[in-house]
Amino acid sequence: MSQENRISTRLAALKAANKKALVSYIVVGDPRPEVSLAAMHTLVENGTDIIELGIPFSDPMAEGPVIQKGHERALSHNVSLRSTLATVVEFRKQDNETPIVVMGYTNPIERMGYSDFAKTASAAGVDGVITVDLPPEELENFNAELKANNMHNIFLLAPTSSNARIEKICAVASGFLYYVSLKGVTGAGHLDVDSVKEKVAEIRQHSALPVLVGFGIKNAETARAVGELAEGVVVGSVLVSAMGEHADATTEVICEQIKNHVASIRSGLDSIE
Amino acid sequence: MNTKKNVDYAAVPDVRGHFGPYGGRFVSETLMYALDELQSIYERVKNDPDFQKEFDQDLAHYVGRPSPLYFAERLTKKVGGAQIYLKREDLNHTGAHKVNNTIGQALLAKYTGKKRVIAETGAGQHGVASATVAARLGLECVVYMGAEDVQRQALNVYRMKLLGATVVPVESGSRTLKDAMNEAMRDWVTNVDDTFYIIGTVAGPHPYPQLVRDFQCVIGREARQQCQDMTGRLPDALVACVGGGSNAIGLFHPFLQDESVAMYGVEAGGYGVETGKHAAPLNDGIPGVLHGNRTYLMEDENGQIIETHSVSAGLDYPGVGPEHSWLKDIGRVNYVAINDDEAMDAFRNLTRVEGIMPALESSHAVAYAEKLAREMDKDDIIVVNLSGRGDKDILTVAKIDGIEV
Repeated sequence: MSQENRISTRLAALKAANKKALVSYIVVGDPRPEVSLAAMHTLVENGTDIIELGIPFSDPMAEGPVIQKGHERALSHNVSLRSTLATVVEFRKQDNETPIVVMGYTNPIERMGYSDFAKTASAAGVDGVITVDLPPEELENFNAELKANNMHNIFLLAPTSSNARIEKICAVASGFLYYVSLKGVTGAGHLDVDSVKEKVAEIRQHSALPVLVGFGIKNAETARAVGELAEGVVVGSVLVSAMGEHADATTEVICEQIKNHVASIRSGLDSIE
Repeated sequence: MNTKKNVDYAAVPDVRGHFGPYGGRFVSETLMYALDELQSIYERVKNDPDFQKEFDQDLAHYVGRPSPLYFAERLTKKVGGAQIYLKREDLNHTGAHKVNNTIGQALLAKYTGKKRVIAETGAGQHGVASATVAARLGLECVVYMGAEDVQRQALNVYRMKLLGATVVPVESGSRTLKDAMNEAMRDWVTNVDDTFYIIGTVAGPHPYPQLVRDFQCVIGREARQQCQDMTGRLPDALVACVGGGSNAIGLFHPFLQDESVAMYGVEAGGYGVETGKHAAPLNDGIPGVLHGNRTYLMEDENGQIIETHSVSAGLDYPGVGPEHSWLKDIGRVNYVAINDDEAMDAFRNLTRVEGIMPALESSHAVAYAEKLAREMDKDDIIVVNLSGRGDKDILTVAKIDGIEV
C-alpha cells in the first residue's frame, strides 16, 4: 500500500512496544445518535487501539441478541451507512490517529455502490472494512475499490475454516486477520483457549498479518488468556450490552459504563508479560 | 409471449451457485464449510440411483405422489375462458408441496449423519413438513417462526408441537419469515457440527436454491406428463404463487425449454403494489443481498430490508429465490401481483365452486389464473399449482369475516 494506513501503523507500533491491540466495537447510533461520538472518544481515552463501528442493518444475521438489539436501537433513529460515515467525519475533527474499522453487511454497501462507498468512507477517515457476508468468492471489484482508497479489507476466519479456505482468505486479506474464537454468533458461549491456540498457529502458517481474536472476550481474564495467543483482542457484546442497559441514561452515564469495561480489559491485556 | 431461445436452463446455476448475476453464497465464514460439505454430499447423491430410488419411493408411499392434475370444470365454466387445471399439491401428506423438499433434505441429513434438524417457517407448512420427516427419522427438530406468524398460524404451531418439534417464536425485526430465517442461520452457525438446516424455499446460499428446486421439480415433471395424457398436448400457461418461489420453480422448471408454454409467477400484492404495503420484490424491488444470496429485494434507499405485508404468511417475505430473479430478467417468466382482496375472493370462489379450499398462498395463483383465463381462448389450457390446502388459514379467514371460531 503506497500511503500510510492507520491500522498498519498502529499495529506495527504496538508490536514494536510489545503491546497487545485492543479493538472495541460499538454500533453507530446506539442507543442514540448523539452518544456515538462521545463513546468513541471514551473508548480511545481508556486504552482502545482500534475502533470498530458496527453499521446498523435490519438483518444482522451473524449477531447474537445483544448486538441485534444495538442495531435495532440505532435503526429506530434512522442511523444507516451514510450516517455512520458522517460520524467518522466528526470523530476525525478531534482524533486523526486512532484507526477506524467499519463492520457491516453487504446489502447497505452494495446499495450505496462499492465505488461510492470506498471513496466516501476513505475521505471520512475509515481505515478498514469488515463485511460479514462477503466471502472472497463474491468480492468482484470490492477489494480493488478498497485498495485504491487506502483501506484494508479485513476478513473473519472461523474454527470451521479449512486450510484451503484460510489460504484463500489470506490471499485477499490485509490489515489484520480477525479470528472468530467460537462457533456461534457474537456474544455467545464459552471460550476454548486451547482450540484458539491451535487455530491461530495454523493461520500463522499462511499469513504474516497480525491475528486478532474476537467473540467471547468479556473481561480482563478472557482478554488476557486470549491476548497471549495473538496480537490482540476484539471486544463488542460486553460494551453494547452495557450501552443497552443504560439506553435511557445520559451520554455521560453511558460513557462511564463503557469506560469501566474498556479500562478493565486493557489492564488484562497489559498484564501479559 | 416472452420466451428466450438458446438458453440452456439446465446449465444454471454455475458451480458457485450463480443464476446470471443472482444467487451465490453470501454467508459468514463459519458456515462456508457446512455449505461446502452439503454441496459435495449433494453432488455425490444427485446422480446416485439408490438415493433417487429412495426419494421416489418416499414420494410415492409416504407423500402419496403423483398428485392429481384436476380439471376444474365448474370453475372454468364460471370464469368463462381458458380451461383451468389444478395441480393438486394440497393432497400431499401434510397438505402442501413443502414435503417434497423436506423428504429430500431429510435423506441428505441422513447421509450426513447429523442428528438434529432446524427449519424456518412462515405459514407453518414447511415447519410441519420438517417436523414430520424429523419424527419419521427420529431426529430432533427445532423450527423458527416469526412471533407474528405464530399467532396467525396457530393451528400449524400446534401440529408441529404434536409432531415433537420445538417451535421457537422469533421476536426480532418484523417478527415474520425473514426474521425466522435470520434466527435459523444463527442457530446453524452455533450448532453447525451436529445440525442440518432444512431450508424451505429456493433461496439462501448455494446449494440450497438448486437442491430445493431439484426436489420440487417432481411437480412439473408430473404435470407435464399428466397434461399430455389428459389433453394430448402441453398447457399454454402455468400459474403459481411466489413467496420464496419453491412451488413455482417446481412447476415451471421442467417446462422452461417449452417455448409455447407461458409462465406467470404471482407475488403477494398485499394492499396493492402501488401502496408499498406488499411482498412483491419482483414487481417492485431491486437486486441486493440477503440470506446468503443476491436477488430482488424489498429495501429502502439505505439498503435496509423493509417490512412486507401479505394476508398470507407464506408469501410475506422481502426476497425471492435467485433463479426467479434471473428468469424475470431474461423474460422467460412473467411476474405479476395479486392483492389480499383478490386472493380472498379466489379462496371463497374455489371453495364454493369446486369444494377445494386452497391455502391463501395458492389463492393468489388461483386469482391470477381466473383473470388470465378470461383473456384466453376456450381451447387454451392453464395449469395452476394448487400448492397447499387452506385448512391452516381458516382462523385468518374467520377473523377477516369477523367471526370467532
